[in-house]
Amino acid sequence: MSTNSTTNATHEEEHGHEHVHDLRDDYGSKLGMWLFLFTELILFGGLFLLYMSYRFQYFPEFQLSAKSLKIWMGGLNTIILLTSSLTMVLSITALQRRKIKASIYWLITTIVFASGFLVVKFFEWSDKFSHGIFPGGEELALKSQGEKVFYGLYFTMTGLHGLHVIIGMIILGFILVFIVKGKVSPDRFALIENGGLYWHLVDLIWIFLFPLFYLLH
Amino acid sequence: MSYTDTNEGKIAHAHDPRYGINVMIWITLLSLTVITIAVAGLDLGNYTLLVAMFIAAIKSGFVINYFMHIRFEDLLFKLFIAGVIMVLLVVFVLTALDVFLR
Repeated sequence: MSTNSTTNATHEEEHGHEHVHDLRDDYGSKLGMWLFLFTELILFGGLFLLYMSYRFQYFPEFQLSAKSLKIWMGGLNTIILLTSSLTMVLSITALQRRKIKASIYWLITTIVFASGFLVVKFFEWSDKFSHGIFPGGEELALKSQGEKVFYGLYFTMTGLHGLHVIIGMIILGFILVFIVKGKVSPDRFALIENGGLYWHLVDLIWIFLFPLFYLLH
Repeated sequence: MSYTDTNEGKIAHAHDPRYGINVMIWITLLSLTVITIAVAGLDLGNYTLLVAMFIAAIKSGFVINYFMHIRFEDLLFKLFIAGVIMVLLVVFVLTALDVFLR
């Protein structure tokens, strides 16, 4: 990296003083992004820890509750997220190959998939809400303690994950604007790479959420 | 700010970006999703959770290594990842021992 900075520095001198503040550290920013992702893993890790403990304590109730979640909806969302991860990578790859239009196209596709995930999630939650199953819901209050814990974890964990999907969409939206403005370019793609890392983390967490809540019954 | 301040080092860092391998990884991930759903239909008793988590771990391996590019990063990144996975593993194993053997 030191060589990079040096070449960059000499480059600045050749071009005069207009780019003096353009010394950047892509390696450092990626390292910083990963450190942030680790804190996210620890955050979700704590919730998964709770899930594990309560699943042991309320095993039959967890199995019973999992049956009420629709596998095809969770499965559809899994496919949507996995595909959005692919289009994210394709967007970064296209940009690195100097195909800016393709990069923009793939990034928009990624954002569309992200909203698709939220639409499915909306119908899923609405269905549960309409049956009185939500935190504080009258129907949920009649259920056993174990089922309350299951739905509590379900709404907390998929809710926090959904929040990350929304934040991811906002980040990708900004990156889209930056690409159009040329601030993120084939020579300056650290931001889209880091945004991509965030998006893949969202996918990574769903890879564990899906079997734990939908499949284990 | 356009492409005038290009320097070769940064381009080389892009590491020969390719589409094909990522499409292959995507197909693999979708196949594993189908497998994990199919397996969930079987009655494996106490192994259901283990099998599901095993498949999820394989899927995350692909996502981390290829989509998140860790396979092609410096050793420092790999050590960091290994460290975090170790921490999570230790926390989960110790908690599991406490909960299960209480």
